[in-house]
Amino acid sequence: MNYLSTLFPAYAEMFLVIMVSIVLVVDVSLPKHTRTLTYLLVQLSLLGCSLITVATHTMGAAHLFNNMFVDDLMSDVLKLLTYLSVSMMLVYSRSYLMARGLFTGEFLALVLFSTLGMMVMISASNFVTLYIGLEILALSLYAMVALQRDSAVATESAMKYFILGAMASGFLLYGMSMIYGATGSLDIHTIATSIATGTAHVNLLVFGLAFLVAGLAFKLGAVPFHMWVPDVYHGAPTAMTMFIGTAPKLAAFAFVMRILVEGMQPMMVHWAGMLMVLAVLSMAVGNITAIAQTNLKRMFAYSTIAHMGFMLVGILSGTLEGYGSAMFYAIVYVLMSLGGFAMIMLLSREGFEADNLNDFKGLNQRSPWLAFMMMLLMFSMAGVPPTVGFYAKFSVLNAAVQAGHLPLVIMAVLFSLIGAFYYLRIVKLMYFDAPESHEKIYIQPDSSLLISINGLAVLGLGILPGALMNVCAASVQQSLLLP
Amino acid sequence: MILGYPLLSVAIWLPIIFGLLVLATGNDRNAPLARMIALVGAVLGLLVTLPLYTGFDRMTSAMQFVEMKDWITHFNIHYNLGIDGISMLFILLNSFFTIIVVVAGWVVIEKRVAQYMAAFLIMSGLINGVFAALDAMLFYVFWEAMLIPMFLIIGVWGGPNRVYAAVKFFLYTLLGSLLMLVAFLYLYLHSGGSFSILEYHQLRIPLDAQILIFIAFFFAFAVKVPMFPVHTWLPDAHVEAPTGGSVVLAAIMLKVGAYGFIRFSMPIAPDASHALSGVMIALSLIAVVYIGLVALTQSDMKKLVAYSSISHMGFVTLGFFIFNAYGMEGALLQMISHGFVAGALFLCIGVMYDRVHSRQIVDYGGVVNTMPKFAAFFMLFAMANSGLPGTSGFVGEFMVIMGAVKVNFWYGFAAASTLVFGAAYTLWMYKRVVFGAVANDHVKHMHDLSSREFIVMAVLAISVLVMGLYPLPLSEIMHASVNDLLVHLNTSKI
Repeated sequence: MNYLSTLFPAYAEMFLVIMVSIVLVVDVSLPKHTRTLTYLLVQLSLLGCSLITVATHTMGAAHLFNNMFVDDLMSDVLKLLTYLSVSMMLVYSRSYLMARGLFTGEFLALVLFSTLGMMVMISASNFVTLYIGLEILALSLYAMVALQRDSAVATESAMKYFILGAMASGFLLYGMSMIYGATGSLDIHTIATSIATGTAHVNLLVFGLAFLVAGLAFKLGAVPFHMWVPDVYHGAPTAMTMFIGTAPKLAAFAFVMRILVEGMQPMMVHWAGMLMVLAVLSMAVGNITAIAQTNLKRMFAYSTIAHMGFMLVGILSGTLEGYGSAMFYAIVYVLMSLGGFAMIMLLSREGFEADNLNDFKGLNQRSPWLAFMMMLLMFSMAGVPPTVGFYAKFSVLNAAVQAGHLPLVIMAVLFSLIGAFYYLRIVKLMYFDAPESHEKIYIQPDSSLLISINGLAVLGLGILPGALMNVCAASVQQSLLLP
Repeated sequence: MILGYPLLSVAIWLPIIFGLLVLATGNDRNAPLARMIALVGAVLGLLVTLPLYTGFDRMTSAMQFVEMKDWITHFNIHYNLGIDGISMLFILLNSFFTIIVVVAGWVVIEKRVAQYMAAFLIMSGLINGVFAALDAMLFYVFWEAMLIPMFLIIGVWGGPNRVYAAVKFFLYTLLGSLLMLVAFLYLYLHSGGSFSILEYHQLRIPLDAQILIFIAFFFAFAVKVPMFPVHTWLPDAHVEAPTGGSVVLAAIMLKVGAYGFIRFSMPIAPDASHALSGVMIALSLIAVVYIGLVALTQSDMKKLVAYSSISHMGFVTLGFFIFNAYGMEGALLQMISHGFVAGALFLCIGVMYDRVHSRQIVDYGGVVNTMPKFAAFFMLFAMANSGLPGTSGFVGEFMVIMGAVKVNFWYGFAAASTLVFGAAYTLWMYKRVVFGAVANDHVKHMHDLSSREFIVMAVLAISVLVMGLYPLPLSEIMHASVNDLLVHLNTSKI
């Protein structure tokens, strides 16, 4: 009993493992046509996890399992937002998936498993834990994309995702092994000290670092490791695309923070340079290619690439300000992206995917409120005040200017101007064009309420962004400065 | 805080709240209700700004009606409002024109009435915010936010080529704004973490940095003014925008750009302003002369007035960058007068367009025969546009020309040529449209001004005349602020 009570920082993870098992068992015994009970159980598990995470929060960092696992403010904040994002995704996608026969027990279990993977990633403080978390997440995602067995496109994109994802994992492992060779440890803090004291072999470190960064870039979808993103986003059922495009980005942010910032801070000169190339290329390719897309999911894929490039600008600034702004950016990105994908699902019907740009034509005449929400989301993605997307860009740019990266900032600004064009095009389609179909839009009340909250949150956080900014700054500060 | 409530906040948020109320009336079944709420909102919006005028202290150049609250503490951004003699006039102008626009769109706008009225009210509040903001980020937020309603106004209710015009308008202005944002970030860093505009005015900045800052600001403000090489969005936007959109664009939006020069470029980077004044004067004169000639060749009335606006705004920037009191006050008077005159001209064109559905000069002729009252008003505004003494157009232009001659005779000479060109293109258009025999059946069936239109025209006509005959109250209000600005400009900040 005594031992158990020392494990309190990992209670949330343990609870989730138990809940997944319960969900799997309960689901088998349920009749085929309804999944309501399973769905409620899953939502309840997420709620339970959030309560536990809040309850087990302590000041400073709690380490566990020989420093393999850490619980600090950053991990708590990111985990809470992960639960929120997963739960929102479930609400949005329920009727979409039911209409397509994909709302199955396996799907719900996979969602919980991938959530577990993200939680482990977020709390990892050892390369092995990081890798385990990453693989739990990635394997669940591959399966989710392939869940639509009779769709050739979905299967193809699952295949692509799996092969490229496996390659990225290989890169990461290879890089980790070199770091291990150079420093003799897999523990992030030991690695940091041994690099700082200069006992490690520098060439080997840089070599390993290059592989690590390549692997990270794969996972983030940064150019030139972005090839899988458009295909997977396009091919997967929209609900899965939404899932891949939202919560895992928070985990990926934590991943970058743990490896590069906490583990390899003394190597910053090296990784900041690499990230700069990735960031500029991502913003350029993402924003320019997005213009040419006619499929909304593909457009969002390229826009994600561009957003990840922007987030990297915050990280490569190499200051607390920069990390805090990148965290803020990641959170804001997840919020906007949830809304964006939700809109595609809400407009879709049985047997009809509203994922073409033309499906948004004249939305203002069909449903002014939805059009208004989508407009807020689009202006937020473009970074136009008074939406929160502006402050995300603003704080990242501010950090980069403080770090002396003025040319990078000007490039980022010019690329976001290019980016504004394709977001504007959606507003144009919704407001300036006549609708192609007058099919009535029917939305479940829960999704309808949630999309309103989501859209208004983008505006509300834009008017009062201070609190969230402070939370991000404090979490980064605590996890980096406190022992 | 006067009369117990924060006047500036009310001036900003009241129209926005009314805009949201109008939006809530929903679809076109409730159009009459939407119009009524919009009118009430617009009138109240003007009424709440009147105490700004009556309670204004003319003796001081300091900011008045100041409000200060923490907003985003992480970046030391404040909700900081205040006005001086310059911005106060524009807030009044803006609130006044909101009423005009609501009334002008009363029956003309038939589809999505609520959204149309709401867009204008919300934009009106945001523009008041631009003029009242004393925090750079607050300014930026209002500045960018006002693009959104204008983008929708042009795109939803505009003419056939509206999409192109709306996107062009948005991207042009966004480019400028983003560069301004970078300049703000630099200033934030340089000032040790402050976004206060008044603190920026005291900042010492080396010349090379000043020049970069000036250029960044130049892109933001010159696009809005618009100055010569970046003016091409304006004719497109004007031609495609609905009448109300054109009026706000000409009367207020363009002034926002010029206001930016006064509030940011010149006091923050005075040395760069002096160093680059040659370029600015050259660009202004090109706008005055060349764009005046371009206006002469237009066959579309709205395009003609749009080009005439660019030419007149050239006067404004010329007045700023000759750095003397005549030029500065003349430019400010010109801004206000141009707001009334160009706004009125766009309304006149709108009145004809509503009847004939054409803006081409060739489709008209002999309008005076069917619309005598209208022709009289149109005449007055056309005269004011060409700078006839006794109208508001004259005062500003005359002062700017005087200021320019003081600096260099040839500046004044080139600027004065507008009195010829301006008269030429405006009156020639007037002659072709209004005089002569009735040109066709469309013109024959035009009916004269309705009482609603008559009131709008009469109010504008009186304003134009009063300002032309007795401009003293206006220049009195701005006097202290203008002197303060000139002092700023003449102290080196290196």
